Amino acid sequence: MAGKPKLRYAKGRGRMESIRWLLAAAGVEFEEEFIETKEDLEKLRNDGSLLFQQVPMVEIDGMKMVQTRAILSYMAAKYNLYGKDLKERAWIDMYVEGTTELMGMMMFLAFQPADTKEKNLALMIERATTRYFPVYEKALKDHGHDYLVGNKLSWADIHLLEAILMVEECKPDILSAFPLLQ
Amino acid sequence: MSGKPKLHYFNGRGRMESIRWLLAAAGVEFEECFLETKDDLTKLQKDGSLLFQQVPMVEIDGMKMVQSRAIGNYIATKYNLYGKDLKERALIDMYVEAVIDLNELFMTHAFQPADKKQQHFATIVDKATNRYFPVYEKVLKDHGQDFLVGNQFSRADVQLLETLLMAEECKPDILAKFPLLQSFKARISNIPTIKKFLQPGSQRKPPLQEKDVPKLMKIFH
Repeated sequence: MAGKPKLRYAKGRGRMESIRWLLAAAGVEFEEEFIETKEDLEKLRNDGSLLFQQVPMVEIDGMKMVQTRAILSYMAAKYNLYGKDLKERAWIDMYVEGTTELMGMMMFLAFQPADTKEKNLALMIERATTRYFPVYEKALKDHGHDYLVGNKLSWADIHLLEAILMVEECKPDILSAFPLLQ
Repeated sequence: MSGKPKLHYFNGRGRMESIRWLLAAAGVEFEECFLETKDDLTKLQKDGSLLFQQVPMVEIDGMKMVQSRAIGNYIATKYNLYGKDLKERALIDMYVEAVIDLNELFMTHAFQPADKKQQHFATIVDKATNRYFPVYEKVLKDHGQDFLVGNQFSRADVQLLETLLMAEECKPDILAKFPLLQSFKARISNIPTIKKFLQPGSQRKPPLQEKDVPKLMKIFH
C-alpha cells in the first residue's frame, strides 16, 4: 500500500490536470490508473467507487474523493497552499475561480465543431486578455510581490501558471501585453 | 455603514440564491442592491467593483467578493458551517459540489428553447432521482444522524435543502422514493433561521418565470 494518492481518469488533461499540477507543485508523488474503455468506467461505477458516478476520482488519506474542486481544496489545505487565514483563502478562491473559468473555455474548445471553434477561440482570447489576465497583472503590480496572495506560493499561483501555459499553446504571444505575468 | 453584507445581483435566484440561503441559515442579516438594467451592471463594471466584470458580488468584511463558490466558502467558514476539520470539509465540499451541478440544471431550465424543454426536464428528473438523491439518502441511512456531515448542521445541509425544494417545485412528488430525504427536508426546514427564511416576505427569491427571461437577457447580454 503505497500511501500515495491514486488518480483515476482518462489519460489526458481534462478535469484532472489541475490536480496533477497541484500535487506536483507540492512535491507529492502520485499514481495514476487510466480509464481506457467504457468497461473501465463501468467497473468503477459498479463497485461503488464513484460517489456520483463520475471521474475525476482520487484515492487519498483513506477517502475516494470526487468533484474536482473538493479534491483541489483538500489538497491545497493539506499541503499548505491555501493561505494563512480566511481572508487569504478568500482571495485564493476568487483567483482560482477566475482561472477555472478561463481554462473551462479552453477545455470546451476541444469539443466544438469546426464552424464554431474559430468563434469560440476568438472569444476565449478576448476574455483572457481583457477580463482575466489584467486582473492578475494588476494584483502583481499593486503589491509587487512574487506571488499572488500573501507573499507566498499558493494554489492560486499554480493554477494561474497552468492557465497561462494552456492559453499560450493556443496563442504563443498572448502575454505580450502582460510583462508581470511573463 | 451598517456592517451587514451587501449583495449585488438581479432580483432573482440565479447564482446568488445559495448565498442568500447560507447567510439566512447563519442568522446573518444582509442588504441587497438589485440590478434592474444593463446600465446598473455597466456602472458596477466601470467603477472597478467587479473583479472579473461579473456578478454575484458581495460586499463583506471590507472586501468586494466575487465568484459564488469563493463567497460561499468564506461565509461557510466564517459562520462555522464548514465542519470541524479538513476531512469533514472534504465531505461537505463533495456534497455541495454535486448539489451545485444539480442546481445548474434547474437554473438553466427556464432558458431552454421550447423544443428542448421537455427533454431537458426529463434529464433533470433522471439525474436527480438516479444520480444525486440516492447518494444523500444513503448517507443519511448509513450514519442515521440528523445532518449530512459530522452530526452537526453545515453548509451541506443548507444547500441540499435548497435543492430539494427546487426539485419539488419542478416535480412535486420527486422525493417519493426517498423517505429519509423527506424527513431531512422537514427537519432542516424547522431550524429557526431556516424556518424564518421560508416564510413569505423573507429575502428568498421565487423561481424564475418565463416572462422575466427577456428582461434578464437585456441586463446580461
